[in-house]
Amino acid sequence: MNEQATLIQVTALSYRYPRRGVVLDDVDFALEVGERVALTGPNGAGKTTLLHLLVGLKKPKAGEVWAFGSTRKTEKEFIEVRARAGFLFQDPDDQLFCPTVLEDVAFGPLNLGKSRAEALQIAEDTLASLGMAGFEQRITHQLSGGEKRMITLACVLAMEPDVLLLDEPSNALDTKARQRLIDTLLKLPQAMIIISHDQDLVSQLATRELCLEDGKLCEPVSDTYLPPNLKSA
Amino acid sequence: MPQFLEHSGTSWQGQNVKHTPSLIDRLDPRLRVVLVSVFAVVTVLSQSFMSLSMAAAMGLLLALLAQLNIKRTLRRVLAMDMFMIFLIILLPFTTPGETWFEVAGLSASKAGFLHALMILLKAHAVVLALLAMVGTLSATTLGHALARLRVPDKLVHLMLFTVRYLEVIGQEYKRMRRAMQARAFVLRTNRHTWRAIGYLVGMLLVHSLERSERIMAAMKCRGYQGKFYLFDDMTFTRQDVTFSLLFVPCLGLLIGMNFL
Repeated sequence: MNEQATLIQVTALSYRYPRRGVVLDDVDFALEVGERVALTGPNGAGKTTLLHLLVGLKKPKAGEVWAFGSTRKTEKEFIEVRARAGFLFQDPDDQLFCPTVLEDVAFGPLNLGKSRAEALQIAEDTLASLGMAGFEQRITHQLSGGEKRMITLACVLAMEPDVLLLDEPSNALDTKARQRLIDTLLKLPQAMIIISHDQDLVSQLATRELCLEDGKLCEPVSDTYLPPNLKSA
Repeated sequence: MPQFLEHSGTSWQGQNVKHTPSLIDRLDPRLRVVLVSVFAVVTVLSQSFMSLSMAAAMGLLLALLAQLNIKRTLRRVLAMDMFMIFLIILLPFTTPGETWFEVAGLSASKAGFLHALMILLKAHAVVLALLAMVGTLSATTLGHALARLRVPDKLVHLMLFTVRYLEVIGQEYKRMRRAMQARAFVLRTNRHTWRAIGYLVGMLLVHSLERSERIMAAMKCRGYQGKFYLFDDMTFTRQDVTFSLLFVPCLGLLIGMNFL
C-alpha cells in the first residue's frame, strides 16, 4: 500500500455498546486519495459508529485510527482530523444550529481561525459554488429538506476538507433534490465514505463498495449483492 | 394552547409577524436593552402616582413610536392582565386600612385599592416599554446584544439554542402527539391518559437530550472549541445619542417625581 495516497486508515478497530453488544470487531480499513467508498449494511450494523470513530467522537475499545499522517488518540489530536474530514450528519437539523444560513456556513471557517471577513467570503463562495447563492440570510429551520441538505454540504465544504464522510446523504430527499446532490458530489475532488441504503446513489457515486455486517467489513459479493429486480427499484 | 399565548413578547423573523419598521428599529439593540432595563427598575421602584402615570405614558409613547401592531399588543397586554386580575381584585380586601366599601361582609380598604392601581400602572408601563423596545428585536439580535453587553456566554448560548431548537422540539412533540391520535388516543381523565402523557413528556426529554448530543457532535466536527463568533457589528450612531439625550432626562424626571 502506498502510504502517500492513504488518507485514513484503521487497524484492528473494535467497538461495543453497553447494551447493543459488539458492533465493530477487529475492523481494518483504508481510504485512499480519490476513492469514493460506499458503506452498506443493515440498520444498527455500526456504520455511523465507524464514522464517529474516525473523527474521534467515540473512542475505540481496541485498535488504532491513523489519519492524515499520524496516529490519532486524544481529543486534541482529533481536532485536526475533524477539520480535514468533513462530516455530513444524517439529520440536517443536527448540523444547522445557527439562525441564518450564512452564520452556519461561516461557523467552520471561523473555528479554523479565519478572520470574519475571510470566513464570510468563504461562506459566500461555497454557497455560490453549490448553486445556493441567495440563501445567505434565510432562516435555517425554515428551509426545505433538500435545501437543508445542500446547506449542510456547504457548511462542511467551507472548511475545505480532504475527505468527506457522508451519513445517508440522500435520506428523505425527493428524486430531484437527490439527483442534484449526486451530481454535486460527483464534481467534488474529495475522497468520500458514503453510508447509504440507496442502491442507485451507490452505483452512481461509489468507486468501491463495502458491507458492514456482524461487526466485520467485507466486499459485497460482486454485483449479485441485490437481485436485479430489486436493484431497479 | 390558544394561538396568542404560544409566543410571548419576542417576535423573531421566523414567526412571520407583521411589523412595520419604525424609529425604534433604527436604534442600537444594546441601547434598547439597557434603556428599557433602567426604565423597568425605575418604574418598579417608584412610589408616587405622578411618576407612575408618567411611566405609563412613556410606555404608551414608546409603543406608539415603535408602531406596534395594536391588536397583537392588546392581546399580549391582556394575557398579562389575566395573570394579574386576581391579585388586583384581592388586594383591597387583604390590605388593612380605612374601609372604603363592603362586599358580603368583607371590607375593602382604600389603601389596598391604591396599591393595586399602582401595581397595574407599573406592570403596564414596563410591559409596553418592553414590547416596544425589546419585543421588536429578533431573538437572535437580542442574544447578540446581550452577548455584547457582557452577559455570560452560557446564558446567551442557552437563549440562542432555545430559539433555534424550540421549533424542532415542538415538531417532535406534534409528531408524537399525532401518532398517538392516529392510534385513537383521546385525552380523558383516567390513568391511561396520565400514563400516556407521562410517556410523551419523558420521550420528548429523551429525544431532546439525544438531539443535543448529536448537535454537540456535529459542532465538534466543524471545529467547535467552546467559542462562538458574532457577526453583526453594532454601532452607536447619532440617532442613538439623540434618543438617549431625550430618554435619560425623562428617566431623571421619573425618579425626581418620587421626591416631590
